[in-house]
Amino acid sequence: MTSRTSNRRIFAVALIVSLLVAGVASYYASAHPDGLEYVAEQTGFLDSAEDSAASDSPLADYQTEGVDDARISGGLAGVIGVVVMLVLSSGLFWAVRRREPADTDA
Amino acid sequence: MHVPDGFLDAPTSVATGVVAATAVAVALRGARRELDDRTAPLAGLVATFVFAAQMINFPVGAGTSGHLMGGALAAVLVGPWTAVLCVSVVLTVQALLMADGGITAIGTNITLIGIVTVAVGWSVFVLLRRLLPKTLAVVAPAAAVAAFVSVPVAALVFTGLFAVGGNAPVDLGAVAAAMLGWHTVIGIGEAVVTGLVVASVVAARPDLVHGAAPLIAERELVTRKVDVS
Repeated sequence: MTSRTSNRRIFAVALIVSLLVAGVASYYASAHPDGLEYVAEQTGFLDSAEDSAASDSPLADYQTEGVDDARISGGLAGVIGVVVMLVLSSGLFWAVRRREPADTDA
Repeated sequence: MHVPDGFLDAPTSVATGVVAATAVAVALRGARRELDDRTAPLAGLVATFVFAAQMINFPVGAGTSGHLMGGALAAVLVGPWTAVLCVSVVLTVQALLMADGGITAIGTNITLIGIVTVAVGWSVFVLLRRLLPKTLAVVAPAAAVAAFVSVPVAALVFTGLFAVGGNAPVDLGAVAAAMLGWHTVIGIGEAVVTGLVVASVVAARPDLVHGAAPLIAERELVTRKVDVS
């Protein structure tokens, strides 16, 4: 095999990219309503939306409760979300994965 | 396209909840065939990346924005069953932690963003892979086209659900046209992000890309010791 990026390296890059996207770049995301919300407003069913039961979550709307600076508040919520996602999804997929039969030659 | 609480009535939300729960149960079995010691960590990172990428709304004009759904992206990278689980975990964390998407609408959101985009994205991708030359160069463009198609289809399925169980009496034709129009534009963003990410992973480690596996098998003949048990 030619020089391949190692598993460790590619996983590290993916994690760093995710942290930067959620923790830093998210601040610059468009604040406009998304396609569904816009259509709901234009065609007249936006008012049927109800507040989520989770709307008093400390991370609701990707803002960290008690942190005033919008950049830090949003970035922190993004980073916490990334960590939660990594723990939950990695745990799930590790538990679900196929176990190779013990192969002493491998 | 996260559906909030209240858009759809209770029977429709229960029905999509049953669909979502069934799909997740089947996906838990299917994902076992896709995941091993090597690919399971990648799947966790794909789910994490989709969560992060969904925070980035990009403007699509007229005061509207869109963001990645990620179903086609995850399906090509880690396989369709695992992709359903990836997006389902993302949507559940978003609904419970970030209040993004309603809690009674989790089933609806998993159905639209976790099942429809994965099913459409993976089907289009496999079709293109069959039609196009058997080379790794086609993986990213095929993934991009698959991603593009998946978004307006999900928008149409939402419109269908709204026709059945929408809580507001509005002109369905107008909803369908507007949903299809905006999500076709958002689909371009979905295609760009999906194409770039898949191209990067294919360039670095084609062996980790689920959708590239048949192409690698045809390209290089490798002798492996396989334990058939």
